[in-house]
Amino acid sequence: MSTAPQKAKSGAEKLDVKVTAVVPLNELVTRFEFQRRDGELFPPFSGGAHTVVQMVDGDRTRLNPYSLMSDPADRSRYAISVRRDDEGRGGSLFMHRNVKVGDEMVVTYPVNLFSLDLRAKKHLFFAGGIGITPFMAMISQLERTNGNWELHYACRSKALGSYVDELTYKYPNKVHIYYDDQKQAMDLKQLLEGQPLGTNAYVCGPKGMIKWVHATASAAGWPDANVLSEEFMAPEPGAPFEVRLCQSDKTITVGENESLLEAIERAGVDAPYLCRGGSCGQCETDVISADGEFVHRDHWLDDVEHASGKKIMPCVSRFIGKSLELDR
Amino acid sequence: MTLQFNDETFRDDYTFKNSQRAIDRFPFPFHEDSYMYSVNMEQHRGGPKDSIYEMRFDVDEHYVAEMRDRALVLADDPLRCQSLPHMTLAGWDLLEVIMVSKSEDYPDLFELHRDGDTWRWVNKPLGIDDTFTFMDETTLPYGPLEYITRQAQGDFCVLDQREENLWMDAGMITTQADWSLDFDLGMNFFEWHAPVPLAHEKGIFTRALKFLLSIQQGAPARRLNWTMTVNPLLDTSPENYHKWGIQKTSVTPENIGTKQHLRVELQSFFRLPRSNALVFPIRCYLCSFDDLMTKAKWGRRLHRVIRDLPDELATYKGFIDNRQMMLDYLSKFDDGLPTSDGVFANEDTEPALKV
Amino acid sequence: MSKFEFPTSIISRPVYGTLKARSGKHHLMIADAEGAEAILDVATPDLMANSHIIYIPLGTDYADKLRALSPAQFYVGPTYAASVSRIRRVLERSNMGLNIYLSGTEGLMGQAQNEAMQAGFAHSAIQTEHRGSIARRMQCVHCKGITEDVEMDPFVCSHCGLNLFVRDHYSRRWAAYQGVCIDAEDPGNVPASKGIYAQGDEV
Repeated sequence: MSTAPQKAKSGAEKLDVKVTAVVPLNELVTRFEFQRRDGELFPPFSGGAHTVVQMVDGDRTRLNPYSLMSDPADRSRYAISVRRDDEGRGGSLFMHRNVKVGDEMVVTYPVNLFSLDLRAKKHLFFAGGIGITPFMAMISQLERTNGNWELHYACRSKALGSYVDELTYKYPNKVHIYYDDQKQAMDLKQLLEGQPLGTNAYVCGPKGMIKWVHATASAAGWPDANVLSEEFMAPEPGAPFEVRLCQSDKTITVGENESLLEAIERAGVDAPYLCRGGSCGQCETDVISADGEFVHRDHWLDDVEHASGKKIMPCVSRFIGKSLELDR
Repeated sequence: MTLQFNDETFRDDYTFKNSQRAIDRFPFPFHEDSYMYSVNMEQHRGGPKDSIYEMRFDVDEHYVAEMRDRALVLADDPLRCQSLPHMTLAGWDLLEVIMVSKSEDYPDLFELHRDGDTWRWVNKPLGIDDTFTFMDETTLPYGPLEYITRQAQGDFCVLDQREENLWMDAGMITTQADWSLDFDLGMNFFEWHAPVPLAHEKGIFTRALKFLLSIQQGAPARRLNWTMTVNPLLDTSPENYHKWGIQKTSVTPENIGTKQHLRVELQSFFRLPRSNALVFPIRCYLCSFDDLMTKAKWGRRLHRVIRDLPDELATYKGFIDNRQMMLDYLSKFDDGLPTSDGVFANEDTEPALKV
Repeated sequence: MSKFEFPTSIISRPVYGTLKARSGKHHLMIADAEGAEAILDVATPDLMANSHIIYIPLGTDYADKLRALSPAQFYVGPTYAASVSRIRRVLERSNMGLNIYLSGTEGLMGQAQNEAMQAGFAHSAIQTEHRGSIARRMQCVHCKGITEDVEMDPFVCSHCGLNLFVRDHYSRRWAAYQGVCIDAEDPGNVPASKGIYAQGDEV
């Protein structure tokens, strides 16, 4: 319209950071803290936001999203907590094994796809395992504005309960812990039925837990709009497959341990993205032709679109078959 | 650069005028010889030096007079600035964004000194020097949204984001193109745009919403919109339409060049970091037909655009009754020569009007 | 029959449905006049056993029929204004899982919906069914005054006296449609009033 239009680069804006602390919390989870390399303060963010961390591992670059779990009002640092996934594609293992205090890394500006609904008269949090991280920031934010919140947090065991001690010490009346190994289970139905009008529920944890909370709330007569969830999703490994990128006139092979999006990027093709976890919709790509089966794993496209074979979200979805051509 | 602020009015005697600089940097909105809705978004990251696109929040010669006009509107009708209770955090966000941007972009006019949550804000053009506690409303004379937008040109819609939609839950609206914040407060993106003709059918709003929802921190966007206003009247509100509507009938072939103004909105969009809300500033620029016609390209093009605009749009924009008179005037500035692409007047290369 | 097919209109105009019984422990039903018919249509003994009905007859004689459904709680109010404090009280002590059913005139449904929203209830989860009068609750955009039961277009604002035309643009917060001065550009030139739905394409 006005000036030489600047083409938007893919992904959110970047921040150059250095690692200032690596704090193992337990056998599986380690916290990483960052400061800006230019000495400036970080941009403020809202509880529930994530940052995409760039991990340069030899000639391979991974971009993994992690919830910011530090206090949003503390602009001197950003912190994430990473759960080691021995079965995954190596991002969390890289963080655990290779990242040390003093390392220089690049993270993105915060992006929030799991935002508080500030109209809510009460915020009811359900966390499973490492799903606690976005709630750490949300709780800090609400504490500053005298928000009304309550946390129900399921952990595998006492030893693996990240931040349990801190939370129960600071907020003894608001935090409820459930240990799987002690067979402590939430009475979710009763919990949901007792909430005052205007309560919003938020769930972050394993897929099964998210489904359970949605289904139980729905059966208890909760409107869908009052239940928000964020599933921690990383691309899953799978059999390698070949893809033709028509716009770029390139044919690429997606390796076993990389996502389609990563393979596109590795080929030097700029593709839009934000969350890299199947929920923001930015990387939606048109399929020109396909002979085979899609393995859709995103939350963005609906069932009809998944069945149509016309679209794919390359950040988390894969393909098994003879040939695939994309409009990219 | 030291700005000279005009002593001028946007009502009653209408002493508003554009200097040569203001005409030169006027955001003429048509990049080709016709107009139809489009999601004409681009990144809002500066622009040519001294253009209205250069800074995040443009401050120009009309600043002080516009703020005076806003104060008059609010004294008459406080409902022009409203914020639903959950939008207070977004108000602080906006205050922070504007104070930081203006103090960095115009250090000779604005200063921000931060010591923890104790902030000192100096606004030299308006003679303000306030110290307050960030996030503590009791330390400001108004709520944060009202405080800062009494010091910033243009209207501000503050949109809450939820359920894959944007909700008009707060705003400062005193220079609007005929829509009511008080009525539209609480509506979602499709609802407040409901009265706009043609665009829904074209899927414009679905695409625009998708774009806006994905705007992220540190990466603002912008677009232009336009309408027509008789007299340089900023407050073309529906609230006061029964008072100003009659002015539309005051246009004559003799006075149209000075009375008829092209009204252009620079709309920008910023993600607000602490609340995850989106702010949508709508900055209004006015230029009389006579001043526009000093640029040969703009004269030719405006004639063609107004001539070929669908009736629905001329009706929606409120000038269908005056369209013929406009065309009689504008046709004198259209010699049929081709125009160059883009919005800029290109005075060095565009041929002069053939008389 | 008390049903009316509203013409298709702009997106801000409310669209009403047909009440359906939902599962749940608590049901709040608010209706006026012929809105009672929608409750009678949806009522079952199970539903009524957990229902609180707030009803404003407006001169109709449905109250006894509703009472005969034996709802858990039943209240008949003379006007909406007289009933609103009760509605607020019920919403205030309600829990998530409450179902809300509104039926009758647009004015009643809009105002009750607004109370529910202020209590934190998602407007999209409220069931509505239009019955009876097609008159509108109108807000004058100029003086902000509300004129109830507007059937003709244009009409005279009952507060400031301006001649207003009836738009389909609707505000949930005001529970009203927007009325805008029709003769601002030509004072005194006011077309003859017609029924709101006698015409076609105004927005």
